[in-house]
Amino acid sequence: MLDRTDPLLAIRDLQAWYGESHILHGVTFDVREGEVVTLLGRNGAGKTTTLKSVMGIVGQRKGSVKFEGKELVGLASDKIARAGIAFCPEERGIFASLDVRENLMLPPEIRPGGLSLDRIFELFPNLKERLGSSQGTKLSGGEQQMLAIGRILRTGARLLLLDEPTEGLAPVIIQQIGRTIRSLKQQGFTILLVEQNFRFASTVADRYYVMEHGRIIDQFSNSELEANVDKLHDYLGV
Amino acid sequence: MFEIFGIPSQALFGQLLIGLINGSFYALLSLGLAVIFGMLNIINFAHGAQYMLAAFAAYILLTTLDIGYWPALIIAPLIVGAFGMVLERTMLQWLYKLDHLYGLLLTFGLALIIEGTARNFYGSAGLPYRVPDSLQGGQNLGFMFLPNYRAWVIVASMIVCFGTWFMIERTRLGAYLRAATENPTLVRAFGINVPRMITLTYGFGVALAALAGVMAAPIYNVSPQMGSELIIVVFAVVVIGGMGSILGAIITGFGLGVIEGLTKVFFPEASSTVIFVIMAIVLLVRPSGLFGRRI
Repeated sequence: MLDRTDPLLAIRDLQAWYGESHILHGVTFDVREGEVVTLLGRNGAGKTTTLKSVMGIVGQRKGSVKFEGKELVGLASDKIARAGIAFCPEERGIFASLDVRENLMLPPEIRPGGLSLDRIFELFPNLKERLGSSQGTKLSGGEQQMLAIGRILRTGARLLLLDEPTEGLAPVIIQQIGRTIRSLKQQGFTILLVEQNFRFASTVADRYYVMEHGRIIDQFSNSELEANVDKLHDYLGV
Repeated sequence: MFEIFGIPSQALFGQLLIGLINGSFYALLSLGLAVIFGMLNIINFAHGAQYMLAAFAAYILLTTLDIGYWPALIIAPLIVGAFGMVLERTMLQWLYKLDHLYGLLLTFGLALIIEGTARNFYGSAGLPYRVPDSLQGGQNLGFMFLPNYRAWVIVASMIVCFGTWFMIERTRLGAYLRAATENPTLVRAFGINVPRMITLTYGFGVALAALAGVMAAPIYNVSPQMGSELIIVVFAVVVIGGMGSILGAIITGFGLGVIEGLTKVFFPEASSTVIFVIMAIVLLVRPSGLFGRRI
């Protein structure tokens, strides 16, 4: 049984490499059950690599990633997914050779308790209309993003890793994704979000970690956001 | 007896039948190659040797264990498919990230070893394999005589080809395969054991060749070079159809078998080269093949 005070995801001194290049230099942070935590930072700070390292899809990892107390470093990515983590990549990863329904149904159920298709269509009504579409990649960018999030909600994973879900999308779609993330949080999902857009992040996140050069350099909660805006502008260079 | 374009119907339909028979083997073999290439990115040059190996497996099962054609049709593909999976685990899996050339060279080497070993033990002369009793004889269709065994080969091959197409294009398992062909890393991060799926895919592609090998045994005799004779044509078929296209492999396989048969009737001198002429034209006009996705 998991102690309620233990974090759901505990990352300690995580280091990661792509081939020869050392990307993460000792990342340490926690995500507690039911939280929405956002990683902020400039391009190349290591945010995406942190998500991929949790998922086990970087070249080499060192350190510790514990999910529900279970060590994930050293496991293959299919075993990590089966532990109860789902990943939505930055490039969305919609498959061109699969139609919309096949894309939606692709990730296998790893635990009971995933959202039903009806619930997913409540969150993303557009998806239901596009279900008959022949090719997943013929959808608009916003619809592809909804498909990429929708399909991992089916799996029963309780921790969702979302990599820049608002990138390149119109404001009205960004608002819809914001509503979705808040609704998922209410339903008990835990979400680790990577964002460049901290205005968007501030509408959904409980806490923030700021990354630079492959390390966590600062952290604050949503209530501390206003007091930290100037510092954050500095960090993000906006 | 009637004539079509001055050709007796017996001769025309006889060659058409031979074309369909050859086409059945082209289709089964190029289908296996397409499945393997799609998933493993490996041009499996050992395909012909694996086809030959299965014909020998059927021959050995019959002569030493008295196991007949029908059980061999299941057992030989299982044995040869399992042998393929061992090759994939021990050798091929190290080559996926390298250029196609490495996989081609390795499988070509394996083909030479398998063929040489078979020649060492059985010589080059063909060994006869009897048509099973239940398929002896034939039907007189009026315009031609249709041997039962040949009708069976054509029908069985079409069913297997269509079944494979259906499995890959229309089922959930097939969706995993297609998705893993596009982005294996992400499919694995969804919780699917992609390396195991790759091994099974190679085993399945090899088993298709093995099935063709057993079906070919009563028609072409069993000989060490039966695979290498066929595989050159099959590679031309794959080039024409387009690498990695399932439906393309099937249609092109049957279609080119028929074209080859008809050429034998109307212009026999060109019958052994017609497929390569078509290949050259297709390479000039559509380098990715008739059904190939542009890479």
